Amino acid sequence: MKVAVLIKQTPDTAELPKVSAQEVQSGAVKATMVINPWDEYAAEEAIQLGDRYGADSVAITMGASTATDALKHALAMGIGEAKLIDSSGVSGDMWTTASILAAAVRAEGDVDLVITGKQSVDENSSSVFIGVACKLGFPLAANVVRIVEIAGGRITVERIADGVQETVSLPLPAVISVGKEINDPRFPSFMGIRKANRASIPVVSAAGLDAGELVKRTNWTNIRKPDEKTEACVIFDGATAAEKAAKLVDALVSDKVL
Amino acid sequence: MSVLVWIEQSNNQAVPSSWETLGKARELADALGTELAAVVMGAETAATAAAAGQYGADVVYAIASPLLAEYRLSAYVAGLEKAVQGAGATVLLASATTRGRELSAAVACRLDAGIAPDATDLRIEGGKLAAVRPVYSNNLLVDITFDGDLQVASVRPRSFPMPVAGDAKAAVKELDLGLGEDDIAEKILDVQPSDGAGVDLADARIVVAAGRGVVEDPEKGFALVSDLAAAMGAAVGASRAAVDAGFVPYRYQVGQTGKTVRPDVYFAVGISGAIQHMAGMSGSKVIVAINRDADAPIFERAAYGVVGDLYEILPALTAELKKRLG
Repeated sequence: MKVAVLIKQTPDTAELPKVSAQEVQSGAVKATMVINPWDEYAAEEAIQLGDRYGADSVAITMGASTATDALKHALAMGIGEAKLIDSSGVSGDMWTTASILAAAVRAEGDVDLVITGKQSVDENSSSVFIGVACKLGFPLAANVVRIVEIAGGRITVERIADGVQETVSLPLPAVISVGKEINDPRFPSFMGIRKANRASIPVVSAAGLDAGELVKRTNWTNIRKPDEKTEACVIFDGATAAEKAAKLVDALVSDKVL
Repeated sequence: MSVLVWIEQSNNQAVPSSWETLGKARELADALGTELAAVVMGAETAATAAAAGQYGADVVYAIASPLLAEYRLSAYVAGLEKAVQGAGATVLLASATTRGRELSAAVACRLDAGIAPDATDLRIEGGKLAAVRPVYSNNLLVDITFDGDLQVASVRPRSFPMPVAGDAKAAVKELDLGLGEDDIAEKILDVQPSDGAGVDLADARIVVAAGRGVVEDPEKGFALVSDLAAAMGAAVGASRAAVDAGFVPYRYQVGQTGKTVRPDVYFAVGISGAIQHMAGMSGSKVIVAINRDADAPIFERAAYGVVGDLYEILPALTAELKKRLG
């Protein structure tokens, strides 16, 4: 069995608030780039499927030719192989990315399961894996919190959606996205980090993949920071908790907040 | 041409945020000068189809089938595609629930259309949809414009007001799903409620969220937070600090790596206001901060604040609210 983990390199979440509109517009984001935190759960699950079912794993990232840090992290965790799809010269939207990633999965030949995190912390679309499933013609289960079983050409998963937890069975090959309830991603070991640093990661040009016709249907314009509140906070003071509470409720009621 | 809205059902009942989306879609359809269509899928569709007319749809496509009794992506994709074709839709909208987000994206991809996922505002510009959506975990906003004939968006709950139901009647057109059980890849083996009792965070008009301040005495702290929430019919949330301390499960977490909420009122109790937390709740209309530290950054974002010990303020506040709101 072979598992492909789709990984994105994204800004460190601690630095997200510092990313400026201009950096995003120009594509030159200065923040420290790391493995998308949600994708660590995907990598961990693929490694665990190696333990449970002897599955081989390959991590695939699409990005600039320098975007290997996320892949090295996955290798250091214990993922078997890594591939970088060099996106230089590609301009498009999330369906463009999905087409290229789907082609990369196809190029692996015999992938039974594609795993991704439930979203990226930068673009937040939760849509690329949906596009990958669509382009591959694979069934999809999103926000998986447990892989119950892989047997008889099917995968059974538990997933959470809108207040219900469903147990769903899908035929393989399939695509799943995973939520953070699914596991506790391991920290790379010292040996793992050494091995990952020595690994040479194959780079495949996006243009060299059989991704079909690439179309772009959406454009990003007017990237901006949300408006910040400017009015000062009204603080309700009093001698006792009861007095403060009464003043706050007075204001909330008279201002029709409640 | 038409604007088409998927009215999601849960247990044969309409999911309320679908009506918010339909209400906004009425404006968009009027701006485009096109018809407003709704599509309802499920084992039963009649009641929700009738309600869609009352909330402003001109025509409702109903796809009733026992195969749609439980939500399965591939079956719902097939149904929604039929409705898009039937309605000749140029704009397709769904509420950005978990299901709405994946279904709208899957249909958009299959029909080679662009999508704005989890949009917080919509408008018509040059005869086409334009959408605003938060990116970089709510730290930036971007306008999404579309190329192509079909434009798709999922709409974050509570982005638009709930429309008022009138007594209008829409024409209901039945569509045939045209699938057999063998055509549907997914089999649902079990469905259990995952959230337990209480108000859903994403739909809540009022949220009371607890942070690090509650960790001191979490049992008492969360009991006080729950009491205050119950007095206002509010949902309970938590900051990452409170979740990491292990006293409430992850599904309560509001923030960059948790849920995004946009209630009318957000009570931040013992929450300092870390930027990662603010990313998940800064869309709240009014923020009320209760914190013992007068210098906590939350007060820079809050409209109302009380400086004090939450273990004393919360019971006083709950008592006062019960007195005032009955």
